[in-house]
Amino acid sequence: MLLGRTANGLYWMNRYIERSENTARLVDAGLRLALTRSADPSEEWASIVASAGASIAFKERHTDFTAENVSDFLLRDTSNPGSVMSVMETARNNGRMVRTALTRETWESLNEAWMSMKRMLAQPIDGRDLPKVLDAIKRETALIRGAFHGTMLRNEIFDFSQIGAFVERADNTARILDVKYYVLLPSVSWVGSTLDNYQWESILRSVSAHRSYRWVYDAEYKPTLIADYLILNGRMPRSLAFCYRNIAESLGFLASEYGVRHPCQDTAEAILGRLKVSAVKDIFDQGLHEFLTDFIGDNNRLGNEIAQNYRFY
Amino acid sequence: MTAFDEMRPDGSTVRDPYQGYDGWLQSQDKARLTEKTGDAERVFRKTGITFNVYGETEAAERLIPFDIVPRIISGREWRRLTQGIEQRVVALNAFLDDIYHRQEILRAGRIPKELIAGNEAFLPEMIGVKPPGGVYTHIIGVDIVRTGEDEFYVLEDNARTPSGVSYMLENRETMMQLFPELFQQVKVRPVENYPQLLRQSLSRVRPNGCRKDVPRVAVLTPGIYNSAYFEHAFLADQMGVELVEGSDLRVVDGRVAMRTTEGYKEIDVLYRRVDDDFLDPLTFRPDSALGIAGIMDVYRAGNITIANAPGTGISDDKAIYSYMPEIVEFYTGRKALLGNVPTWRCSEEDSLKYVLEHLEELVVKEVHGSGGYGMLVGPAASKKEREAFAAKLKARPKNYIAQPTLSLSTCPILTEAGLSPRHVDLRPFVLVSDKIQIVPGGLTRVALKEGSLVVNSSQGGGTKDTWVLDD
Repeated sequence: MLLGRTANGLYWMNRYIERSENTARLVDAGLRLALTRSADPSEEWASIVASAGASIAFKERHTDFTAENVSDFLLRDTSNPGSVMSVMETARNNGRMVRTALTRETWESLNEAWMSMKRMLAQPIDGRDLPKVLDAIKRETALIRGAFHGTMLRNEIFDFSQIGAFVERADNTARILDVKYYVLLPSVSWVGSTLDNYQWESILRSVSAHRSYRWVYDAEYKPTLIADYLILNGRMPRSLAFCYRNIAESLGFLASEYGVRHPCQDTAEAILGRLKVSAVKDIFDQGLHEFLTDFIGDNNRLGNEIAQNYRFY
Repeated sequence: MTAFDEMRPDGSTVRDPYQGYDGWLQSQDKARLTEKTGDAERVFRKTGITFNVYGETEAAERLIPFDIVPRIISGREWRRLTQGIEQRVVALNAFLDDIYHRQEILRAGRIPKELIAGNEAFLPEMIGVKPPGGVYTHIIGVDIVRTGEDEFYVLEDNARTPSGVSYMLENRETMMQLFPELFQQVKVRPVENYPQLLRQSLSRVRPNGCRKDVPRVAVLTPGIYNSAYFEHAFLADQMGVELVEGSDLRVVDGRVAMRTTEGYKEIDVLYRRVDDDFLDPLTFRPDSALGIAGIMDVYRAGNITIANAPGTGISDDKAIYSYMPEIVEFYTGRKALLGNVPTWRCSEEDSLKYVLEHLEELVVKEVHGSGGYGMLVGPAASKKEREAFAAKLKARPKNYIAQPTLSLSTCPILTEAGLSPRHVDLRPFVLVSDKIQIVPGGLTRVALKEGSLVVNSSQGGGTKDTWVLDD
């Protein structure tokens, strides 16, 4: 038994930690492209901002999609509620709220991450320091995850946290794919051209999958394989299938611990079922963009259903 | 006016309680000690032991500075203190019971009726209510000051929602981390079991109707923006009970229940860290979002224990304080073992006259104030500040009391120039159920500024670990 508010706090704390890491990965991918492409990188930065779901807010603050503007906006601008700094602040506030549910190690790693980001992101980032800053953000979130997995009891507290992390991760992966879906479509892809290789690599890199892709597929980047990897591969830790296997499993644990099965479990299992039986060809036939749009909507609805079933509010 | 120094009263000879510590200190390297101060600060920051300062938006979370020199009390001194504190706490609870029932102390003419009737801290809603176990104030932090070898005074009885106990525990924890060898050389009585004692104590005052083996206890906090939130979370965590906010609770079938992932679960004992005013929007402030609508009805029906009981503020009110010697004698039949600081009630014409004439040597406090806000320290104030304060005094004399500027005892702190004495006070924590327990220790607050007498953390005070020796 857990306070509904505590379950809510754990869920969002983990969503926000996951989000800050993903945002850092996105900026990292953008940076890599800006460094390797000779052509105007502003389009790439614009799609990074779109992946973060922040295009409108960005345009209210800036006119040009430059490395400086985008990294400032996505990492340290506290007027942007989705910036790493804002998100870490919210994660920590949630962590303080559920302090009694966390091990000392978990809380301290979160608190230390917040302190170090506050220090690091206090001043505008010098372009030369950007790689170092991105590494630090990824390292801090990895430390939190490590402390969490190493010390937390596998009980309902753990389950609600896992659900939060994976709902967020699924949302992020789907958004990254959706912003770039046209790059993967056969009709507009210029097979084999250098430009597309960069584009594809940027997708994989933003989910830290550019090396593991080769371990799994042992092949050149191919749009269908990339989509297969990030959507259907159950062993790829940021794929939609992987996220949903974990969500369904956590909901199953909760159901057996509480002795009650809630509708949200059916919803999660239905989504997982679709990811299990689909072939990537079916997804392309249905329309990649449509598939992703549906998924993002379903994922969002699942989050709300879980909140309702477990009395988050 | 030279203050009594608890380590070296004559400037050189070390007093008995400090002998063991001094022996260890002499063998320490000064640079290493300074380093340890930095270590301590990092420990506090890392664990998030911060307090929020009201009215400051930037850097809203601050650390209370911690000094690594312990404040040491001998076993004999402690026994004497605890006898006085126990007597006082018995009297406080008896006074509350009387005030909300027969009011015999008023009929006996020992304290003036107006002091109760016109007092905001008196809750008419509590008249005739018998709290579970007959206990009104379960957790008390008695502020004690020392002025000499055998001179201890009670400065304030905090009988509402005293805070600071988490610092007592964390300070000890930090000291043991920093100087493990020291605790092998000097035998210090432990304080670590306070959370367990607190939980047991709260469980013993469960409502009469509670038939559970283990009553369900919860800590009620105003939330993460409250200045003492860290402590609320800390205590709930250490006791192994839920930390709840008003929005988690509602009245279900005549019981207070919390909303959980498995539906509503009833609560038997609520350790609330929310002020009376905000406890129940139906009974007190209707705009309160921190409380629980209807909790007072549940309470009056005897179905929940609220610790501390609503209305305990009438016993630690600063105007009542001046009558504590009479109160103690009235209920215990004996003279108070622990004295009061002489107090002028500005509501009385002669006293007001005296206070206005002697502002430069007095400390003037608001009757309902706390945290060191709204007070005047006469000797430290400028002429202009005193004049401004005199105007406030004349406008609302009832709102103030005055006390002589006490020469608080000092205890050394570690400064860049070595050890240097600073003024301290002491807040031991008392638990009341069917028995009274006092953990051997407490919170020592220290005024870090040389010569300053204000120890409040909101006004630049720090804390020290407080040792009671096992002798």
